[in-house]
Amino acid sequence: MAEAQAGAAHAEQETTRRDFIYIAAGSVAAVGAAATIWPFVAQMNPAADTRALSTTEVDLTAIEIGQQIKAMWQGKPVFVRHRTAAEIASAQRDDFANLKDPQSDAERLVQADGQAGRPEWLILQANCTHLGCVPTFVEGSSFGGWFCPCHGSDYDTSGRIRRGPAPRNLDVAPYVYLSDTSIRIG
Amino acid sequence: MKIHGHSTYEPQSGFTRWLDKRLPIVRLTHDSFVAYPTPRNLNYWWTFGAMLALCLVVQIVTGIVLAMHYIPHVDFAFASVQRIERDIPYGWLIQNMHAVGASMFFLAVYIHMFRGLYYGSYKAPRELLWILGCLIYALMVATAFLGYTLPWGQMSFWGATVITNILGALPLVGESIQVWIRGGGAIDQPTLNRFFSLHYLLPFVIAGVVALHIWALHEAGQNNPTGVDVKKKEDTVPFTPHATLKDLFATSLFVILFAVFIFYMPDALGHADNFIPANPLQTPPEIVPEWYLLPFYAILRAFDFNIGPIDSKLAGVLAMFASIGILFVLPWLDTSRVRSMRYRPIARQFFIIFVVVCVVLGWCGGQNPGRILVPATFSATLNWTQGGQVIEQPVTSQGAAQWDEAEQAARASLTEQGAGMTAVQRAGADRGTATGVIGGAVQTRTVTAHSVDELEAQINGVTEEVGQSAPFFQVERRIPFTFTVTTLSQIMTAYYFLFFLIILPILGLRETPGRVPDTIAKPVIGGEEAGAS
Amino acid sequence: MLRAFTAAAAAVVALVGAAFAAGEAEHPEDHPYSFDSPVGGYDMGAVQRGFQVYAQVCAACHGMDHLAYRHLGEKGGPFALYRVRNHETGEEELHVGAPAHGGHFVDVVDNPYVRSIAEAAVISDVDPNTGQLTDRPGRISDRFRAPFPNETAARAANGGAYPVDLSVITSARHGGADYIRSLLIGYDGESEGVLYHNPYFPGGWIAMPPPLSEGMVAYADGSPTTVEQYATDVTHFLQWAADPHMEERKRTGIVVLAFLIALSVLLWLSYKQVWRNESH
Repeated sequence: MAEAQAGAAHAEQETTRRDFIYIAAGSVAAVGAAATIWPFVAQMNPAADTRALSTTEVDLTAIEIGQQIKAMWQGKPVFVRHRTAAEIASAQRDDFANLKDPQSDAERLVQADGQAGRPEWLILQANCTHLGCVPTFVEGSSFGGWFCPCHGSDYDTSGRIRRGPAPRNLDVAPYVYLSDTSIRIG
Repeated sequence: MKIHGHSTYEPQSGFTRWLDKRLPIVRLTHDSFVAYPTPRNLNYWWTFGAMLALCLVVQIVTGIVLAMHYIPHVDFAFASVQRIERDIPYGWLIQNMHAVGASMFFLAVYIHMFRGLYYGSYKAPRELLWILGCLIYALMVATAFLGYTLPWGQMSFWGATVITNILGALPLVGESIQVWIRGGGAIDQPTLNRFFSLHYLLPFVIAGVVALHIWALHEAGQNNPTGVDVKKKEDTVPFTPHATLKDLFATSLFVILFAVFIFYMPDALGHADNFIPANPLQTPPEIVPEWYLLPFYAILRAFDFNIGPIDSKLAGVLAMFASIGILFVLPWLDTSRVRSMRYRPIARQFFIIFVVVCVVLGWCGGQNPGRILVPATFSATLNWTQGGQVIEQPVTSQGAAQWDEAEQAARASLTEQGAGMTAVQRAGADRGTATGVIGGAVQTRTVTAHSVDELEAQINGVTEEVGQSAPFFQVERRIPFTFTVTTLSQIMTAYYFLFFLIILPILGLRETPGRVPDTIAKPVIGGEEAGAS
Repeated sequence: MLRAFTAAAAAVVALVGAAFAAGEAEHPEDHPYSFDSPVGGYDMGAVQRGFQVYAQVCAACHGMDHLAYRHLGEKGGPFALYRVRNHETGEEELHVGAPAHGGHFVDVVDNPYVRSIAEAAVISDVDPNTGQLTDRPGRISDRFRAPFPNETAARAANGGAYPVDLSVITSARHGGADYIRSLLIGYDGESEGVLYHNPYFPGGWIAMPPPLSEGMVAYADGSPTTVEQYATDVTHFLQWAADPHMEERKRTGIVVLAFLIALSVLLWLSYKQVWRNESH
């Protein structure tokens, strides 16, 4: 009787040992598989050279008052707008309007290093914050600013969203003045 | 991949019953990879199939990733590979996996093939299984060749040039095929672009043929080390977990080797010249394929002589294709009724020699074909005269066939005029000049060396020493038969073909095989081969 | 003078047409580099000095098309910058090269060393306003400045010889780093026209004049300014340039191998368990 019991206990121990090995092997293999998958996922992230296309310099002398250019920065367009006095006035007047994404015009001119900008130069990322189309200036805009032809988002002369599906103001591109007549984006 | 015999799958839940009536995919998997009866005596040589499956998956997955970053353009291909190695997150790892993976794939496939050869896995009823395997191998060679072109290094470019020139050797259609494949007169942008496309396509074709290969395997059932058919249930174990775990363990060891190469010797199997961007203006000093194609390269180069109407180039090309083609008809070349060479002691010895021959051929393929393997003595006798008077006489013959006569006559004529030494220099098929020297002191010297180059250096030395003062100079080189890499390749190539065409057919009819057990179980349980697993 | 060959000898010579490649080069001298062993990394001091030698000497003729200035300051690069907390003062200090432990990698965009190296280079580029070619200071994303606009110009300026690109030179030559180092110190002073004798160069005659001479590059760290030291350092740099992920590769390899061995043991035990009661 005692012998039979010992045998059963032994068998049980055996079973536990066996299961432990299977579970351990299975777990280690699962960890290995997961670790193997990671490089194949990570490889689709931006490559080092893509991440390093860091800065774009823009010469401001060529842009007349009331004109804007689209500079390329990290593969995306950036509006560099030389605003007229009327546009500046309009933008400042609307600082206290009913804004979806409240921000003053002065806040939108701040440089990347935290210093204040100059009201005549507005540097904005040119992609609509709705779904990324590039808005056109004035044409169709009820606020004298940008209007996105894709889904009708309407921005004012400070690039703030006033009407339409876009959730946020046009993003300010990180820029600094290198001199009175040139800026560096990024 | 339905197995002979009844399916033992029984759906347990409502959903699996529902699914089983509509798409019995679980049943198929269960029958093919779980309940599938596996001979219980399979040894580790049978685990290479699993490794090959892994290799195919690794090559396809890493290949798809690399294709996301690679640019098939002659100006950017090399740079895009560099960018993968330097800038893509984990690009260095994935690129190394793909490059090393090709070598591991071939290493495993060669062992897999030798195993099939040794244990007679190509014999009835597995002929189609074997032929599908040969087809997979041929596709692998094609894929590897196409892929090697893509990094657009010197070896890529010149390897592609040489291989496409091989096709040009075929009579009549060769040149058209060559231009068609290249998409132009030379390896260039069109070639690179189409090679990229095909290199992406072929692995999926391989995957398709692999499915057929496994289907055929499961229809005929696996062979085993005894070569004896499975007769009853006791001869087998279920594929899962028995074979699965053995395969997994062996594959894990294989992956360790794989990892050692990836992390510690990623370029050891490659060639330094492929780190030089392709340059159509300059051929590298030596063009060698990757190691896994070296035996075929040796066979290609072994033919340095014409065979009747077949010139040496075509002969080499035909032999190279034949060396793979012959594998396809192997099931009908081997006449033995016994499958496994375990019971064919004589055949086993020939097989071992065959394996050695394949390795030696691989070695030959990587060597300079002119390299002398058995030292020989090269000598030359130099005769020249100091002083004396030189006389000349034109030689003309009716045609090239009559040249020897005309030369003899001219020499005789000069000798008659009193010339001590004569020589004839041919200027065309039927024209030349005979020269003789009258009087002067005849000088003789003999030089010896261990290679042609050394001999020429010696001769040049004497020439320079004698200088312009000698009006007449004659060199007689004695170059003995030399045993070179090419000679060795020729012997090895001969054995390669003899093994398949003569040894296997005749031996199968004449040999007396050892006693073959009646069932698998016999040697398994306490038999003499019990330790063979 | 007349040199005549007998017909028989000519035939034999033709038979043995495939002769040896002339002039076997001398075997490169084996130098004990820190990266030789399976766990060995780069000596970043040597790589930094080597970059200095490259920039001040080699770069006059040899490009490195596949390297950008930013590579110097990325993880594993010779000028990678780390922020390390000083245990005594409790302040954060900048540290060039990976510290023994801890430390915060500073993104290459904010790396002043790399930025100043890049800005010292004059890069030819299209002026965004005029569309004309113009010179501008380098940015960290720029590739190393190419000394010549194209191969033809390079050959024209070097008497027909092409100074090869050095991006992957240690991978592209048999003998690797040892060959490059031996070549750089192997000149024996013999020259013939535009060719210089070097026993390590296949064929023995190289178009590159001896590039290094004692004292030509001033080292800030007090390392000897000998030809041998220059050659060793610049080779160290070139090895890094050809294989920038080597340290990461070897580190990952140890983890992967340890893991695989553990997995193999567990699989072997499982296999033994399953087959325990089966004869085979």
